[in-house]
Amino acid sequence: MSIYGEIILDHYHYPRNYKKLEKSTGKVHVDNPLCGDSIDLAIYDKDGTIRDIGFIGQGCAISLASASLLTEYAKGKSEAEIKKIDSNFVLGLLHIELSPNRIKCALLPWEGLMKLVKS
Amino acid sequence: MLDLKKDFPIFHTHPDLIYLDSAATSLKPQSVIDKLHEYYTDFTANIHRGIYKNAEKATEEYEETRKVVAKFINANRLEEIVFTRGTTEGINLVASTIGLDSIERGDEIVVSRMEHHSNFVPWQQLAFQTGADYKIIDLNDKYELAVTNYENGKLSLDLSGVITKKTRIMALTLVSNTLGTINPLKEIIAEAKKINPNIITVVDAAQAVPHMKVDVQQLGCDFLAFSGHKMLGPTGVGVLFGRFELLDKMSPYQYGGDMIRQVKIEATTFNDVPHKFEAGTPHIAGVIALKESIRYLQNIGFEAIRRHEQDLIKYALQALSHEFSDEVMRYGPQDTGHMGGIVTFSFKGLHPHDIVQILDEENIAVRAGHHCTMPLHDLLGVPATTRASFYIYNNENDVDKLIVGLKKAVKILK
Repeated sequence: MSIYGEIILDHYHYPRNYKKLEKSTGKVHVDNPLCGDSIDLAIYDKDGTIRDIGFIGQGCAISLASASLLTEYAKGKSEAEIKKIDSNFVLGLLHIELSPNRIKCALLPWEGLMKLVKS
Repeated sequence: MLDLKKDFPIFHTHPDLIYLDSAATSLKPQSVIDKLHEYYTDFTANIHRGIYKNAEKATEEYEETRKVVAKFINANRLEEIVFTRGTTEGINLVASTIGLDSIERGDEIVVSRMEHHSNFVPWQQLAFQTGADYKIIDLNDKYELAVTNYENGKLSLDLSGVITKKTRIMALTLVSNTLGTINPLKEIIAEAKKINPNIITVVDAAQAVPHMKVDVQQLGCDFLAFSGHKMLGPTGVGVLFGRFELLDKMSPYQYGGDMIRQVKIEATTFNDVPHKFEAGTPHIAGVIALKESIRYLQNIGFEAIRRHEQDLIKYALQALSHEFSDEVMRYGPQDTGHMGGIVTFSFKGLHPHDIVQILDEENIAVRAGHHCTMPLHDLLGVPATTRASFYIYNNENDVDKLIVGLKKAVKILK
């Protein structure tokens, strides 16, 4: 089965929260020099809740769709809830089976988000 | 067109496989697999020193490969053939023996922008270690070495400022694993030695030896390294050619069994070349089977191989530009006569990993990434490219399938 299903392609072609935040409380850059995936992620946090989140960057469909899905999920959640997200949860958002080589693409935005909420 | 898929059992297992990644590793013909199998089932024994029949048979088969390789690349003497794990080890051997022993602060090491990391990082690190200057030959807009220029097919070279009296080592690839560019190393080596007769020349021939006649005496190089697995042979075995006068004077690479003549508590004397550089039990089966891959290639002949690959890349380049015109960006020489069987490209706005993932859904094996040439990709301005590489078992149908797969990928991702 193709990993380029409806959800991935929708979020790749029309990424949610693909924007630079005007006002942010935390920013992080994550990249994978091996394949050139590169994502800048920012959050605006008030009273422990992620009020706004945005990302910009370039990469493969998997990493960009993952960033879109993850930011969509994270918006409005408390930092405590976000901290609980593990890699399996992120892969679940994508609704596809990934080969080991592509899992790192899918997890790149999550690595960034974890750095933001844990710092 | 050559029609050889029948000799490669992987196509029996996967009849639908379109294998376009031979620059990474080649497929193996039945004769090579049989030879590996024969060593493990019929005459397993360690080589050298054994006095029983199987040990003598294994030693004879192992040393027979040395003769076949020496003749294959036209080495002057048998002792100039050192078996290694592969090209990478061959280059590291040179860097960490004669390289480390002879380079001094202020000397120069010259490589090029298109080197595979295995012919880039060992020299870069040697330069850091010794305080030598690390100089890079850049590329021109034809994806060829900037020191070369072809006018009406006639080559002229300008090595001034690149090779100097201080240049100690020049390490270059004969064929680029990313661009496919064939570098005129015979001429470059001759010119470099004219400027500085003391220069040590090292050739990365990993992408050349499987595809074209390589003659070390004609090239005039001091060292040349290649791998078995890219030329139909086993993984984990390679060859380092070195000029006898140099090998003979060089310090050992690794210490251990087989590389010694006599060991006493107070001192060790080393074995003669090439054994001095073959410490420990080598990949005996791999070396033994390597000669079968050479025989297979020689039976076809390099003229036929080269013609086959040229026909395929011309067909592929034409199909690519016909189907995708300016959507596709190709990286490599315009003159296919200067190219090996490698076609590297990218689609504007599409990530190579997505493209090859969709190709994989059609059982088309193509590589995406930096192909171990990150400094080159810095110059190309992209982190990754898509590479289709061809060999003797490919045919026009493989190219047709690739084009259909690419059209599907573009349709999904655009």
